Amino acid sequence: MKRNAALAALLLGFSVVATSTASFADTSISIAGSTALLPLVKDAAGAYQQAHSDVKISVSGGGSGTGINQVAAKAIDIGDSDITAPTHPELKDNRVAVIGFAIIINPSVTVKNLTKKQLQDIFTAKVTNWNQVGGSDQKIVVINRPRSSGTRAVFTKTIMSGEAVSESGLTEDATGTVVSVVKQTPGAISYAAFSGTHGQGVNEVSIDGVAPTDDNIISGKYPVWSYEHMFTYGPATGEISRFIAFIEGNAELVRKDGFILIRDMKVSETDR
Amino acid sequence: MIALEARRSRRTERFALSMLRLAAGSVIFAMAALLFYLLFEGTKTFYVDKFPVWEFLFSPTFSVDDNHPGAAVFIVGTLSVTIFAIVIGGPFGIAVGIFLSEIAPHRMTQILKPAIEVMVGIPSVVYGWLGLTLLVPLIRTHTSSPSGFGLAAAGIVLAIMILPTVITLSEDAFRSLPPAIKEGSLALGATRWQTITRVLLPSASSGLAVALILGIARAIGETLAIQMVIGNATQFASGLFAPTAALTTEIVTDMPGATEGSLLEHALFSMALLLLLIAMVLIVCVRFALRKRA
Repeated sequence: MKRNAALAALLLGFSVVATSTASFADTSISIAGSTALLPLVKDAAGAYQQAHSDVKISVSGGGSGTGINQVAAKAIDIGDSDITAPTHPELKDNRVAVIGFAIIINPSVTVKNLTKKQLQDIFTAKVTNWNQVGGSDQKIVVINRPRSSGTRAVFTKTIMSGEAVSESGLTEDATGTVVSVVKQTPGAISYAAFSGTHGQGVNEVSIDGVAPTDDNIISGKYPVWSYEHMFTYGPATGEISRFIAFIEGNAELVRKDGFILIRDMKVSETDR
Repeated sequence: MIALEARRSRRTERFALSMLRLAAGSVIFAMAALLFYLLFEGTKTFYVDKFPVWEFLFSPTFSVDDNHPGAAVFIVGTLSVTIFAIVIGGPFGIAVGIFLSEIAPHRMTQILKPAIEVMVGIPSVVYGWLGLTLLVPLIRTHTSSPSGFGLAAAGIVLAIMILPTVITLSEDAFRSLPPAIKEGSLALGATRWQTITRVLLPSASSGLAVALILGIARAIGETLAIQMVIGNATQFASGLFAPTAALTTEIVTDMPGATEGSLLEHALFSMALLLLLIAMVLIVCVRFALRKRA
């Protein structure tokens, strides 16, 4: 019994030493935040680690608010966010791409286009049936993101003109969940990043006749888009800055995951 | 030789005792630390943000942007799902408890008991997942609720989750009754049903109260499973099938993005403190019920 315990302690000691030396030898980068940016960062991390075997990158979601909080608390190296962080002057904003957000509805709804005004009425619960906006007689089920969501912030800013969305809607806490609930719930409407909506079995409506495509965002016709930010505590250095540059310059990867290169944009905004 | 043995055993004794004291002490320390931390953070809404306690408890408007974190919606949400769960799960659980202790043949108990233990072991995310994939679509197709998310879905999931607690504790309550009262009743010519309703149920009442209270405590604290099916809408449920939110679900939904030191974070801590206080009140109730029995 005693010998077993000693053996266990010895093994434990070895494993601690082993893991600590391993982490000394490698550079490790921890990233968390926006679930909209997540697919791109994940793919980029995979590609980067293949090219640089001594770098270990851990990527997780949690939402834009989490990303900003965690990097401001120095708990992680990079905080991903769909929105700027005006209350955190100590954070360095590294823009890596542009993402569009689609208004998504359940395929049972026949509506293909909504005006900005109609969207405002739906999300403030002034309009509650699809027949009030040109659809068939079917209740509208509004699905929101949590209060701290970057996607919700972008939607509120670009569509709601700053007016608060009605709290009577359901709330789902990640891009993936929102898309699957919209897909399964007749009459449902929500908003999510292109990277999570394209080809996922939900309908994406046009806004004021403009379809949610990359081209319409590049030309400035489609209003719901934002820069994707990778915040670092102070200016990024070393491997971290190389990884951020790797994403930003990687046209193939950025486009494959449904994002837009910043240099392609014909319009720009300072507060997104 | 003998003296050496004795000294060694005395040393072992002292060592063992001090380890036990240390373990007990650290439990008390952890509890106290938790309580003080929650008290410290949870009251910031009131003394840092100057939001009145009264409004926190009774205002239905939860709007952090307007500096108005009224938590009434979540408090009512927690109470209503809990009541829903205990109204369905309570009587059902007690019935199974009676069955197990008084009626079931030994063989059946041997099958039922492990089944109930497995129910306890199933993680709450699995209950939530089943609720999301089975219950929510069922409610959506059979009621006027367009989404299926809401109070009823959450209440039913909770009712199932508290069953093992209620069943096990009520079975214990019946088993711990002195056999003489049951034998006496039967000897006087009462039927089995009369014995159960007129003799056993009243005598076990304080034990059953404990079963129900701990069931309620379990229901109030449950988070993940109901967050997946309640809909998380910051509004009072207008009906059984309308979406709403509870204290626990609100905390888990908005916690990840609540900036440190923000009003939202303070308000969520206040809700956590409120949950702790509710749990303490329930435990006091359990103590009270147990003392009555003794």
